[in-house]
Parts: sequence; structure tokens; C-alpha cells
Amino acid sequence: MRITVTVNGDETTHEVEDRTLLVHYLRDVLGLTGTNVGCDTTSCGACTVLLDGESIKSCTVLAAQADGRSVTTIEGLGSAEEMHPMQKAFQQHHGLQCGFCTPGMVMASVSLLRENPKPSEEDVRAGLEGNICRCTGYHNIVKAVLAAAEDGGAK
Amino acid sequence: MIPSAFAYKRAGSSAQALELLAEHGEDAKLLAGGHSLLPLMKMRLAVPEVLIDVSGVADLSYVRDEGDAIAVGALTRHHDVNTDGLLGAEVPLLAHAAGHVGDPQVRHRGTIGGSLVHGDPASDLPAVVLALNASLVIQGASGTREVPASEFFTDFFETAVEPDELLTEIRIPKPVARGWDFQKFTRRAIDWAVVGVAVCGGNVALINMGATPMRATATEQALAGGASAADAAEKAADGTSPPDESVAGAPYRQHLARVLTRRALENAAARA
Repeated sequence: MRITVTVNGDETTHEVEDRTLLVHYLRDVLGLTGTNVGCDTTSCGACTVLLDGESIKSCTVLAAQADGRSVTTIEGLGSAEEMHPMQKAFQQHHGLQCGFCTPGMVMASVSLLRENPKPSEEDVRAGLEGNICRCTGYHNIVKAVLAAAEDGGAK
Repeated sequence: MIPSAFAYKRAGSSAQALELLAEHGEDAKLLAGGHSLLPLMKMRLAVPEVLIDVSGVADLSYVRDEGDAIAVGALTRHHDVNTDGLLGAEVPLLAHAAGHVGDPQVRHRGTIGGSLVHGDPASDLPAVVLALNASLVIQGASGTREVPASEFFTDFFETAVEPDELLTEIRIPKPVARGWDFQKFTRRAIDWAVVGVAVCGGNVALINMGATPMRATATEQALAGGASAADAAEKAADGTSPPDESVAGAPYRQHLARVLTRRALENAAARA
């Protein structure tokens, strides 16, 4: 089927198989490989992107379900020159170790702050329950999100 | 993992969904949030030939006070159930439990109706609607029928919804008892419950203690007879046949059912 999805502000239109998952549309069709596939079973959150501004796991959404909607990936959040406040906070607080979970963590954190701009530490930990860091680097991730909340990370 | 090939159809209304169901019969499955169905399809445990996407049927996402009942549209997402002000005030058990389904990303997609028709005895909301004495409104080609939650879950992953029908609404009769609680014991935060308990007033419902979500009848009878929470909770596992797996054996789950029921009853009493 033919789908049109606004990805990081740009309209994209492609012919895809009906069974194409959103994450494969992003990675394989559009070449946006910042979004990782981790567990592929809706558990780990590595593939988290924003669909109409809300966090979702793109391994469990059909590309067809994003037709006519807007997707933001880590590539659309900021650039190396101009990082998003959440990206800056992850960098400053060393909220990553191997980095594989980081794009998903950052996108989930942005969505979290949009819903709760002034979270407590407990809110952040609960809000990131859908994202697994296999290096177990949670402590600095939570610190980064709390710092970003102070610094306009909800944008 | 990629699902087996299927044809994707989009329904713009419940009437159109029913037409597509009539056309494709048992080869078709309805797709709402997809967070129960798509994982099964990726594992090839479900291989529908046609997917009918109803997630865009906007008039099935709502929460309304209808005087004698609170009505929740079947396509209301867990996130919206969790954060709805009316539900928070009138049916806090449902709003609270919806906030414990999966994780935030799952709750941004998954719907209350999708979770119920999936009929998974390990999922949270089936037990919640049992504890609330809710009824389920089912639409078919020949009209609409209302099924009490106690008759909705018929077997393992089986519900009263026929292949050519659509669940449209969940109705929670008022007044809802003030004393409620929800207990969910998991290995990791996002897991399904090893065992869970939903309490509303004198109603006690169990998650993952048999082929279907079920009421803890012996506990309810003991409570009605004036037993203490602790004594009534001792009967919570009576008549249950929970899964006996390496993750958790049946005796362990029965122990958990008694402990969690006691906690839930005590918390509910404190709230009442």
C-alpha cells in the first residue's frame, strides 16, 4: 500500500508491504538508522519514537498505522551542532554507556516530560519502565532526565 | 520478526468494520492499538489473512457519565483511561489499573476494548471489569447486545464476542463502591502479572489464576458473611487452577493470590 508519513517534519511517501513495521519503514526505507531494534517484542523500548508527539514502540506499530500521521525520531530531535536539551542532558550527565538504548531512552524521556514537565525521581523511574538499559546505567539516565526537566527538556 | 503477509483494510466507522468482518469472516481480525495482536502475529501465533484497522474510528473513544452508568468507548486508549478526570473521580480502580498496563509506550497505543476482547487471563483489565460488575456492549450485523463481564470471558483467550462482532463500549454501573484496590505482582515492571487482584467493594477478581479472569467467590462469600479481610483472603485461591510454569508454580501463585488479596482488601477498607 501507499503511505504518507511526516517524518521529522518532512513528508515521505512510499509504497510498502501491508505488513511493514514502522521501525523497518524508518530504518530500511528512509535510512533513519538512529532508531534501533532491540528485543523486537515490545519490551525493551530501543525502537521508541514519537507518533503525533507521544512515545510508542515502533516495532509494534504497522507503517500503515502511521499513514497520515507525524513521526519524530532521534534524528529529528536535534543535531550534533544543535542538540535538544534532552540530548545535552544525557551528554552532560553521562546518561549512557554502550549507547544502544539511548535513542529510545531519549525519545521516551521527551514524551515523559511533555506529559509531566516537573517529574519527581520516582516519576522518572516509573515513566521509563518501558525502556531497558542492558548496561544497567539507569542512575545517570534518571539524573539526565531530571536535569533536562529543569532546562526545558519538555520542548 | 515480521508477521506473515496479510491485507490491511481501514475501517472509518463501526458500521464499516462490521461490513468488512462480514465480507472476510474468520480470516479477518480487528486491529485496534495492536499491542496484543501484533506481537502474536510477529511470533506467527496469529496468522490472519486480513487486518481491519479500527483504530481510526474516533467515535469509539470517549468516557461519559450517563447517569446510571459510566460509559467508556472500546477504543479509549489506556493512557486516556488512566488520565481521564471523570474516571479518576468515579471509577478510580479502572483509571489506576489502566496506568499499570504495560508501559507508557504501550498505553499510548493499547485500548481498553482491545485488551478485553483479547481475553488473556494474565492481563489486568479483564479482572478489573469483573470487579466493577461492568457490562460489555457488543455490536453485530443484527444489532447490539449487552453482556455482563461475568459471562464475557468464556475460555483461554476466548470471549463472548463472535468473529463477526465488535465490542463498542464498557458500561460501569453506578454507584461504584468507594473501597477499591489493585495489586499486581510482576517479575519486571512491564511484565504481565504473575498474579493480580482487583477489589471493588465486596467484589474480588483475580488475574492469571485460571483459564479466564475470575471472581474469588469463596472470599466474597466470606466477606459477605462478616469475615475479616485476613480470614476471607485465606480463601482467595479456592477453586483456582493457575498456570504451573517455571516462572511461577501453581502453589506459589495460589500463595500469592492469598497474600495479594489480603493486602487489597486491607487497602480497600482503608479507602472506603
